[in-house]
Amino acid sequence: MTMHFLLLFSRQGKLRLQKWFLPLPERERKKIVKDMTTMVLSRKPRTCNFLHWKDLKIVYKRYASLYFCCALENQDNELLALEILHRYVELLDKYFGNVCELDIIFNFEKAYFILDEFLMGGEIQETSKQSIAKSVEASDMLQEVRH
Amino acid sequence: MPAPIRLRELIRTIRTARTQAEEREMIQKECAAIRSSFREEDNTYRCRNVAKLLYMHMLGYPAHFGQLECLKLIASQKFTDKRIGYLGAMLLLDERQDVHLLMTNCIKNDLNHSTQYVQGLSLCTLGCMGSSEMCRDLAGEVEKLLKTSNSYLRKKAALCAVHVIRKVPELMEMFLPATKNLLSEKNHGVLHTSVVLLTEMCERSPDMLSHFRKLVPQLVRILKNLIMSGYSPEHDVSGISDPFLQVRILRLLRILGKGDDDSSEAMNDILAQVATNTETSKNVGNAILYETVLTIMDIKSESGLRVLAINILGRFLLNNDKNIRYVALTSLLKTVQTDHNAVQRHRSTIVDCLKDLDVSIKRRAMELSFALVNGNNIRGMMKELLYFLDSCDPDFKADCASGIFLAAEKYAPSKRWHIDTVMRVLTTAGSYVRDDSVPNLIQLITNSVEMHAYTVQRLYKALLDDISQQPLVQVASWCIGEYGDLLVSGQCEEEEPIQVSEDEVLDVLEGLLVSNLSTPVTRAYSLTAIMKLSTRFSSVNRIKKVVSIYGSSIDVELQQRAVEYNALFKKYDHMRPALLERMPIMEKTATNGPTDIAQTNGETDSTILDTKHLPSITQPASQANDLLDLLGGNDVVPVIQTTVPTKPASAGGELLDLLGDLSLTGIPPMTAYNKNGLKIEFTFERSNPSPNIAVITIHATNSTEADMTEFVFQAAVPKTFQLQLLSPSSNVVPALNQGSVTQVIRVLNPQKQQLRMRIKLTYTHKGSPVQDLAEVNNFPPQSWQ
Repeated sequence: MTMHFLLLFSRQGKLRLQKWFLPLPERERKKIVKDMTTMVLSRKPRTCNFLHWKDLKIVYKRYASLYFCCALENQDNELLALEILHRYVELLDKYFGNVCELDIIFNFEKAYFILDEFLMGGEIQETSKQSIAKSVEASDMLQEVRH
Repeated sequence: MPAPIRLRELIRTIRTARTQAEEREMIQKECAAIRSSFREEDNTYRCRNVAKLLYMHMLGYPAHFGQLECLKLIASQKFTDKRIGYLGAMLLLDERQDVHLLMTNCIKNDLNHSTQYVQGLSLCTLGCMGSSEMCRDLAGEVEKLLKTSNSYLRKKAALCAVHVIRKVPELMEMFLPATKNLLSEKNHGVLHTSVVLLTEMCERSPDMLSHFRKLVPQLVRILKNLIMSGYSPEHDVSGISDPFLQVRILRLLRILGKGDDDSSEAMNDILAQVATNTETSKNVGNAILYETVLTIMDIKSESGLRVLAINILGRFLLNNDKNIRYVALTSLLKTVQTDHNAVQRHRSTIVDCLKDLDVSIKRRAMELSFALVNGNNIRGMMKELLYFLDSCDPDFKADCASGIFLAAEKYAPSKRWHIDTVMRVLTTAGSYVRDDSVPNLIQLITNSVEMHAYTVQRLYKALLDDISQQPLVQVASWCIGEYGDLLVSGQCEEEEPIQVSEDEVLDVLEGLLVSNLSTPVTRAYSLTAIMKLSTRFSSVNRIKKVVSIYGSSIDVELQQRAVEYNALFKKYDHMRPALLERMPIMEKTATNGPTDIAQTNGETDSTILDTKHLPSITQPASQANDLLDLLGGNDVVPVIQTTVPTKPASAGGELLDLLGDLSLTGIPPMTAYNKNGLKIEFTFERSNPSPNIAVITIHATNSTEADMTEFVFQAAVPKTFQLQLLSPSSNVVPALNQGSVTQVIRVLNPQKQQLRMRIKLTYTHKGSPVQDLAEVNNFPPQSWQ
């Protein structure tokens, strides 16, 4: 499941998280973010969750006020990508307890830490929810101070 | 110096900003504070400051001055620092900055750290954004960690190895030993990442692929256990055990089984099992089924399994979930070439998807529908596609129109149907058709001789309705110019002829000239049409008047035409009839799109070109048909003879002029036939304007004592060629080689295939008729390459 990038943005197009699995210059990243938000936010309701953009498949899903959007290569399984996005939401939910957008805004670094236990280099590294939760918890315990 | 504000404090503050300007001000202030803090080399708050910087970076503000600080954080002993430092490195640094190489040493140390979570951080960073240099330096460390028994580290090392291989493929070999017992792991994380690693290696190297084929039984076993095992809370997703791992294994099996009979057989059962037993009520089950279908289609599976796969896709098409319908259409599009008949069975469901509300689904359904059109279903399919063209979004119209034209060209059951279809497209989607559709349609109309009256009548009626769609208007004006006489004489056979006078026709054409809706190209078409009518209508004075008016038009193109036409009236009136006479049948060029003639879209009978449209020259035409019957018809094309021997300055004549100097192009002549005293030699010339056309001149000589009279030469070529025979010099081959009959053949060979020809010779010799057939296969390669 070679993901190229994963973005989270609000319904107003504000970016809440950006994970890039490919080296791209800053300018291009900004452009991609802009393209994605425009494309996804203009989709009508009750259309399918898949789009074509350049030579990539874009899979997106809306959870409350946040859009989760990722880009896959052509041979990747879109239906599974939906499951991956869902798994990430579940992980966030478990960690924050009934997660909402504000949690991700104020604790964005935690969202990244959780993501980094779930995906790496665009691939899944752990399929067990408990295992990921345990690792994040243990890492949190190692932290000496709060920011 | 007061302590820098906390991260969440900053976030809260920034969110209170009411305008963009206010936000920018706050951020600039904070950035200044952070910068000075960095300058002071403050260790305590560095972490906090970088975190704030990362937040502001996400809002879109520059943060490059924090790059070095990330490196300092990574080098710190505190875990909190490292965590933020590595995150910052992943967000702010990439291989384009030289700075990133400074990380290498830190990462190396952290890869050997005593705390596994620190090791994890460094593996993660390396695996996400390590450059090739970093990967080269650190590959050894990663390989070591791949062999550790710590599953937390092992799974991360596996994915890190994947990244290393992607960046530096030559290093793949060094990871091979470590893969030895990766699949014996119980830990799903390690299993999953191992399968990813194996997949990456197999995709990149055929040697690795053959090496890993032996793992197929093990993979099958693991997959089986996943399916058969009971509920496992750790990995369960809606009743399915670790779908992510299942899909990944299926994908690896696909790669291993492709093109290999043994492997494919070994996985046959498990694929059938997954295909039949997976729960389909939720997306997760369908995700697995989807991957299974892709695997079945790619490996050498038995036909029963393939049919099962396509039926799964057929069921997907009926699913309520749009995503699943979309995925089904995409997969069917991939398989329609190889399993055409199986996909045809689902045609009606696919056509229904044209009416779906979702744009992505509609597009897929349209592409698939075009792939499924064949001679048997063309009428029904075209009805649906035309309806779709009427109602679809503008983005689709161009592609749909092109697709319809291609399909109509390949499978039109009759000329009238073809013309009707093309007209329907022009009237509904006229402004979206490609530019070359106008000349293509004109060519089609010209070549359908018996439909001229019908066509011009329909086009005239269409013009009365609407003159805004330029392609339609252009074709219509051209036709009226050509066949206006048929229009006013009310000769239509196909439908009720309309009563229209010459003046009415000219009114319409003049209307086009003055209308704001007409483009300059359209105006040019209509002016020329009006001019042509001067030889077909009797109201020449009116036409003269119109033409002279445009002699002073601002549009240079129109002005030039009008001036030349005026001159035609005044000084060259005797040439006017010849110049403006009916167009001959045009040769089809190779620009008709990527028509794959070999593909028959599932039909069992090969289609034979409609021979009815040959011009009404009685004898040669029927002889051409005989030739077709004699040769058993299916793979040859009848001759299209454009001229009768007696007609002078005609299309044939012009072509001969083009061929003017028969300068040898170096292709040696050949003897095509030599029997009973009749010898036929072919000489070659390449036609310069179109290199796909070979021009052959036959020279027939007679070495017997008696003349060969009523000599007729006929030829037929395979389907991929087109042939045109021009008028012979005479039909008597004089005896004793006292002269020769010459005739020019033009062969269009767009696919540059080997030239073959069957010839038929008939003549009267010493009072008795002689007839002979021969095959000519010894064409020199230069004549067709």
